[in-house]
Amino acid sequence: MKAVFTRPQALSDQATHYCPGCLHGIAHRLVAEALDELDLTERAVGVASVGCSVFTYNYFDCDFQQAAHGRAPAVATGIKRARPDSIVFTYQGDGDLASIGAAEAMHAASRGEKITVIFINNAIYGMTGGQMAPTTLEGQRTTTSPSGRDVSLTGHPLRMSEMLQGLPGVAYLARVSCHDVKHIRQAKQSVQKAFEVQREGLGFAMVELLSNCPTNWGMTPGESLKWLEENMIPYYPIGELKTPEAVTDHGE
Amino acid sequence: MDQDLQLVKGNEAVAEAAARAGCRYFFGYPITPQNELPAYMSWRLPELGGVYLQAESEVAAINMVYGAAGAGVRVMTSSSSPGISLKQEGISYLAGSELPCVIVNMVRGGPGLGSIQPAQSDYFQATKGGGHGDYRMVVLGPSDLQELVDLTYESFNIADRYRNPVMILGDGIMGQMMEPVRFPELLDPQTLPVKEWATTGRGGKRKENNLINSLYLDAEACWEHNQKLGEKYRQMKENETRWEILYEDAEFYFAAYGTTARIVKKALESLRQRGYSVGLVRPISLWPFPDQAFASLAEKARGYVVVEMSMGQMVEDVRLAVGSELPVEFIGTAGGVMPHPSDISDKMETLIREVGGHK
Repeated sequence: MKAVFTRPQALSDQATHYCPGCLHGIAHRLVAEALDELDLTERAVGVASVGCSVFTYNYFDCDFQQAAHGRAPAVATGIKRARPDSIVFTYQGDGDLASIGAAEAMHAASRGEKITVIFINNAIYGMTGGQMAPTTLEGQRTTTSPSGRDVSLTGHPLRMSEMLQGLPGVAYLARVSCHDVKHIRQAKQSVQKAFEVQREGLGFAMVELLSNCPTNWGMTPGESLKWLEENMIPYYPIGELKTPEAVTDHGE
Repeated sequence: MDQDLQLVKGNEAVAEAAARAGCRYFFGYPITPQNELPAYMSWRLPELGGVYLQAESEVAAINMVYGAAGAGVRVMTSSSSPGISLKQEGISYLAGSELPCVIVNMVRGGPGLGSIQPAQSDYFQATKGGGHGDYRMVVLGPSDLQELVDLTYESFNIADRYRNPVMILGDGIMGQMMEPVRFPELLDPQTLPVKEWATTGRGGKRKENNLINSLYLDAEACWEHNQKLGEKYRQMKENETRWEILYEDAEFYFAAYGTTARIVKKALESLRQRGYSVGLVRPISLWPFPDQAFASLAEKARGYVVVEMSMGQMVEDVRLAVGSELPVEFIGTAGGVMPHPSDISDKMETLIREVGGHK
């Protein structure tokens, strides 16, 4: 009998701590599939961030470093500069990357660090209990914006990918979504490209994956996927923002 | 003439000594008075096949050090007081994750933006923690450039031996002055022992993953981790305590470190020429603090004058080491002002007069 669906080799055989319905599991799987299919696991060094993805190092079957909050791109820079043959990737949420670590992300991108950044944007702080993030949408209720985000007080949600788009050091940049099968298949291609770009030494690569948080959004998993599609995608348009010619298009 | 002697500036001396010790990676951010150090590294490391990278901030720099140290290479950063404050989070993570590296602080006047002149006002920050959590690092305070070179070279060995950050605590004078020094042999980092724990990627050579981490969500596990670190700090105390005593038969002693100890030596000689029985205890390792040095003088010593370029920081450690039986006086300058030898000798003469010592 032929196994048609198995756990990717790059994922360790371990149950995750993520809440039911959370899309982290799918995002992990996409990264692991890319490592498997490009045969990069033996060279891989991941950098875990702070937030719900803090235990990422338990779920990937490769070397890992745990970074301080927001500092993953700086840590990844140190690893990559010391070991240029390593395939170095960070896995960061929106609080980590777009708030406390905005400078590190921006400058790693600006320097064209040959690293891959997996950026999970679910518009909220998950682990600390649902506080407002820089990416929280206008009017979105969180524990620290109980009446909904008031942009006159806290500014507008930060579009990190658009901020990075203009930097010459950025070789690959895409925003994808994980809310349905079609979009997950697109996301898979982008994640693969982001690793190929590093393998070819072309520069900084980042994939922003729009994600959910049923627990802190106060929704069922199904409702959260619908909310993502109807509210996040209009503000955070999906698609490839930057692609180097040298990267192959996998097609469908 | 000694052909090996070279006249160099302190900041450049540290940089070359680090390169000689096999350090090939440097991450830093500009700040006065240590700018010659990164400038030197920016040409010297590429020449040796290494990497110099100017980070976007001191925060980023120390985290690049974390990444490179975790990847198993000898790595260094340098800064001065306000920049070292910014690095404290990273230093705590380095200690918590047991990563070896060398951090140089060419201290300037504080607090806040302070001044750019020499000071010793970061003693507490360097020796008592600085960042969060129970951690320690070996802190070395050289008082001339040859010692700066030798301790910098050795600091990489200490860092690797304990998998822990080591700090070189200099000051603006130490960084800016020039003296003749002799450098040790240039070490090829390829000859250093391989760090089996480093995150180099498995490379098909091992089954187990390497993990650099300081997170122990389970309190019991975190307590165990702290006990393990505590045992390491105990070993550092046992093996890495360094000091110098001048005139072990004296009755009264100065205690001073770094640049200040040089100034004190001048005051000391003038007092001895005038017949006073005075000596000097010079801590070289500021952590671990050389309590033994003071204990060894307990039979004979009748009082101490502690001299610092601060409002009084190391003096607290001297009081702890000496106990309450003997007078421990303090004289200090702050904000970038250096103490004058005559003020220092006046302070000692006053103490000797009060205690009733003889010439």
